Amino acid sequence: MPKIALVGMGYTGFTRSSEHLSFREMVYQAAVKAYNDAGGIDPRRDVDAFISCQEDFWEGVSISDEFAPDQLGGVLKPVYTVTGDGLHCVANAYMMIRSGVADIVVVESHGKPSEIISMSDIVWFSTDPIYVRPLKLPNPHALQALEARVYMRSRGLRREDLGLYVIQSLGNALLSDRAPYAAKLDLDGYLEAEYVVDPLTAYDIARYSDAAIVAVVASEEIARKLTDQPVWIDGVGWATEISTISMRSMEEDVATKLAARMAYDQANVKDPRREFDFAEVDERYSYKAIQAIEALGLARIDTVASDLRDGSFSRSGSLPVNPSGGALGEGVPLEAHGLARLLSAYEQLRGRAGRAQLSDAEKAVVHGWRGLGTSSSIVLVLSR
Amino acid sequence: MGVSIRGGTPLRDEEFRAVIKEIDSPRARYSMAAGIAYSRFLEGLKRGEILGTYCPSCRLVHIPPKIYCPYCFKHLTRWVRASDEGRVVTAVVSYLSATLETLEKPEIIGIIRLDVPGHRFSSYRFPGILHRICGASEDDVKTQRIFDARVKARWLPEDKRTGSINDIECFEVIWG
Ligand SMILES: [Zn+2]
Repeated sequence: MPKIALVGMGYTGFTRSSEHLSFREMVYQAAVKAYNDAGGIDPRRDVDAFISCQEDFWEGVSISDEFAPDQLGGVLKPVYTVTGDGLHCVANAYMMIRSGVADIVVVESHGKPSEIISMSDIVWFSTDPIYVRPLKLPNPHALQALEARVYMRSRGLRREDLGLYVIQSLGNALLSDRAPYAAKLDLDGYLEAEYVVDPLTAYDIARYSDAAIVAVVASEEIARKLTDQPVWIDGVGWATEISTISMRSMEEDVATKLAARMAYDQANVKDPRREFDFAEVDERYSYKAIQAIEALGLARIDTVASDLRDGSFSRSGSLPVNPSGGALGEGVPLEAHGLARLLSAYEQLRGRAGRAQLSDAEKAVVHGWRGLGTSSSIVLVLSR
Repeated sequence: MGVSIRGGTPLRDEEFRAVIKEIDSPRARYSMAAGIAYSRFLEGLKRGEILGTYCPSCRLVHIPPKIYCPYCFKHLTRWVRASDEGRVVTAVVSYLSATLETLEKPEIIGIIRLDVPGHRFSSYRFPGILHRICGASEDDVKTQRIFDARVKARWLPEDKRTGSINDIECFEVIWG
């Protein structure tokens, strides 16, 4: 079966605010860079379809689909919007190419959380209107803290362990050009922080940043013409658990596990702990990253805590996780966060990760999650 | 207002309310960056100018302006000043508000094809602006007399302008 590749990526932002540019202008600048990276393609001539991953309440515009084409060069061409993480868009592009509908598909996602004044209200508005929303919890992060509590207890993880993960990730982010929250932190500093919602402190919860990311996905035939460094998408999988938060599995990230299984089947991954050189995972919450590592099959239930303490997931460990930092250092540009993980993996696999470059980067797993209160997960297997 | 629904019994308002369990409305507040192009456009309005960007590739003038041409995907750097006059392309009369209350005074809404000195456009791709139309009657719209009528922007007094599309009160018909 012919393969499918990432042939170009571009981004703007990863800043705490971006008042000098409209979201259109941010996406446009990211698109120009991505098309240049993809061998100088002209979207008007060369691209068959465009997909945008966005969510109306983040945009502040309803039916925001209509605003997707212009800044990508997608006017009068096949365009649609997927209400999901940017990686869901990549999955859609993958399917379009696999099914023969298109040969080159452009994927876009952006987020300008700095423009959302009533952020907590918008986040809370995503909960069930009948039996959760009326509770008016003082802090929506409580929904994830509840899960963190269960997960930590079941895996024997202490606060110091979350601290270890946070220190490692913020330190990795110091090697990145896209990490406004990168920091050199020590355990004492971590433990001194006040709780937001016990057991999570401000260090355990990723902050927001503004960014736009564009990716170009192509069939094998086209990819080989455009670049001598295609990054192959060997598998994609996604899953969502039951919507009732109080009835979900909290010990295990089942949706990620199922998404991984789907992607690994396609990519013929048998032993994820040995086969991957690194992983890019969603770390909107420190504990959530550890839970994802386990659900992706990169650690065992009974040893995930000791693996973490042994430094297995550090840059010099057996399976580096977020080697150039993740959401904690970069901030979360809403639905663009999955593409931020993809971008880091893409750079590593092309040997262009700069100071964050790993010596051995041939095969990677990329994970995305839709954030607070959701169980939607997506997994990609990439290789060079 | 009469609503007829075939093959069913419409719920009366009080019946509908009786079955609702939760009433909530989103508190959604945003502060959106106008960006490079719209900022310059809005600053222009404050001075009483309508500005656009010109695409040398397809020769279209984009109003409101963009820093790229959506049709050609070319970077646009040439700014032009449009006239504040143009012709009505289409117009309608609104009798009800978006929340279905009868408007005290029906409002005429239209699309105006703006003149840009030194530029010519085709009949289907041109700098068009959506705005209120004044100086016309319901009858002018119903009889379609208003189509192709010349209009000119009626600006707010300079000290009342804030850099908003509402710095133009409406486009007023110049009956010739
Ligand atoms: Zn053009």
